[in-house]
Amino acid sequence: MNIAMALQSFFTELPSVTGYMYPNEYELHWSVLIVVYPYLTGLVAGAFILASLERVFNVKALQPVYRLSLLTALSFLLIAPLPLLAHLGHPERALEMFLTPHTASAMAMFGFVYAWYLMVVLLLEIWFDYRQHIVRWAKEKKGALKWFYSLLTLGSTDLSEKALAFDNKAGKIITIIGIPSAFLLHGYVGFIFGSVKANPWWSSVLMPIVFLFSAIVSGIALMLLVYMVSSMLRWKTINMPCVNKLAEFLFYAILVDFSLELLDFIQRLYESEESIHILSQMISSRLFISLIISQIILGTIVPLVGLGLARFGRMPDEMRRMIYLMAALLVQVGIFATRWNVVIGGQLFSKSLRGLTTYKLEMFGIEGLMTAIILMVMPFIILFVMTKLLPPWSEGEKDIPVPPKPHATQVGQEA
Amino acid sequence: MNEQHGQKCDFVGMDRRDFLGAVARTVPTWLMVTAIVPELLAAEAGSPDEKYRPEEHRYAMAINIHKCIGCGRCADACKTENNVPREPVFFRTWIERYRVPFEGEAVVDSPNGGIDGFPTEDHDSGTFKAFFVPKLCNHCSNAPCVQVCPVGATFTSQDGVVLVDKDYCVGCRYCIQACPYGARYLHPTEKVADKCTFCYHRITKGQPPACVEVCPTQARVFGEMGEQASPISRFMRFNDVTVLKSWLNTDPRVYYAGADEEVR
Repeated sequence: MNIAMALQSFFTELPSVTGYMYPNEYELHWSVLIVVYPYLTGLVAGAFILASLERVFNVKALQPVYRLSLLTALSFLLIAPLPLLAHLGHPERALEMFLTPHTASAMAMFGFVYAWYLMVVLLLEIWFDYRQHIVRWAKEKKGALKWFYSLLTLGSTDLSEKALAFDNKAGKIITIIGIPSAFLLHGYVGFIFGSVKANPWWSSVLMPIVFLFSAIVSGIALMLLVYMVSSMLRWKTINMPCVNKLAEFLFYAILVDFSLELLDFIQRLYESEESIHILSQMISSRLFISLIISQIILGTIVPLVGLGLARFGRMPDEMRRMIYLMAALLVQVGIFATRWNVVIGGQLFSKSLRGLTTYKLEMFGIEGLMTAIILMVMPFIILFVMTKLLPPWSEGEKDIPVPPKPHATQVGQEA
Repeated sequence: MNEQHGQKCDFVGMDRRDFLGAVARTVPTWLMVTAIVPELLAAEAGSPDEKYRPEEHRYAMAINIHKCIGCGRCADACKTENNVPREPVFFRTWIERYRVPFEGEAVVDSPNGGIDGFPTEDHDSGTFKAFFVPKLCNHCSNAPCVQVCPVGATFTSQDGVVLVDKDYCVGCRYCIQACPYGARYLHPTEKVADKCTFCYHRITKGQPPACVEVCPTQARVFGEMGEQASPISRFMRFNDVTVLKSWLNTDPRVYYAGADEEVR
């Protein structure tokens, strides 16, 4: 999805500078990996917030994607720190951020926010949600799988009514804690950029909010994609009310996200601070393809129109699905471009406000395009394995070995 | 020592009494050795660092733009003194040339940080005025780089110098992003953040930073802010000084005399 931008940069000659850059600024310090990092965490937060809609806000139409969203969030969260790690000059010292954190640093909080989100929110919620099935699988499976599931029960094998009711209640409470946590996770990533006063492109109080809403947009679009593609791959019919609901939420989320970004843009333009000249120059030259074309036109306006027409217009379901799929894909391109424009854009102009440099994306290095692609593919591989071990499908009885009744109806009834 | 050591290694067949005895013999010896030897070594080296008390100093630098001739010796000396990589994208200090036309924006350049001097070919009559501005880490009292460092590897020493502990830096480069002055770079081989230290190894011995020492026009003044009669106090008293990007509230300890509004 980042190929267009990558190619654009790749075919650019050596970093060329116009105007004046401080000499230490010629080379960009945060590479494509730091683009991938907020992109991945955004997907985590978005997917989780989507799951919480079903769980806490009782949006029953989303039931088919509830567990899939949780597993997707977990798959992406597991990979999210890797781009950061690969980017460090001394990855072997990474743990110092946990062991001896400098509490004034926004970045030092990463470990704690991450650990909280992984341990307290996602793993616990998934465990409570799957516990009854894990217990059953532990009894029914054979060999290594039996051991695996037995271990996963953590010794809690009670399947009484009371125990199940507790699972459900615990899951709900964790989701309620999880919503602000998801906001925290991605709002925090926005804060890392928004709090850098030296950089007028980043320094904005809206940054955490814009990050958050773009995270929700990307998460919903990702779930639309994952659900539709996984249904097709498993040869299952797509649940139309579910994708309609997803498309609807996606439409609203894009609307809010775009409004916020416009607000940020108009504010900057109207305030017209001294940085405005170099920033406008950057937008119209270095960022034209990734900002105007990829982020605004392809990633926002086209999907918005498409989703609006498909969701609220009259057309056959087949057509609708196609438009949803295309829109969700374009939104991913758009959100990746958003992250690119923030991270790379923030380093293309000099803090002397007198010049622009270029980002030379390397192909095979540790901070190159291939690493970025691998890091973005890995969550899908993890997700695939997870769906085998913890099938999230609501209608796929034949994938789930035993439960006499599909779990779906139970959750639906209890909710 | 060796005998004891041999005994200590022979754990097999050693009863508790023997073992405790061995411990009682070897541990105090070891403690004595570890406590005394470094002191002996330090005394032998006769390092004046030992007498250095950071809390008694408050360093600052002042730069007189009217005096700078853009010879680039300071940037060159800095690279030599501090083993700064010679590539033109790593500098602890560099010199900028500002050429202000009669109308329009100033044109700024700093080819190889000014080390090789400045080309004169496009020096035309359209230039209203021109001047040189040496740049370096501003050793801010309210340093954004110190604030953002996730492990505290960048810190402000008691004497007011902002330093990087290269054995602790994780190389995340957040400090480089947070510095408004472009004063930091990632060392290409050590993979840690690097920047001007006011030549800490020199100033703690009472010597001036390398850039100050080689400056032929005394455009750079370095010294103690607390002392009434120090060169820098005199300089601050007799010049109108300003700091760079004062609106960012970084509170720099590098002061400029004669800096036009174009300088940022």
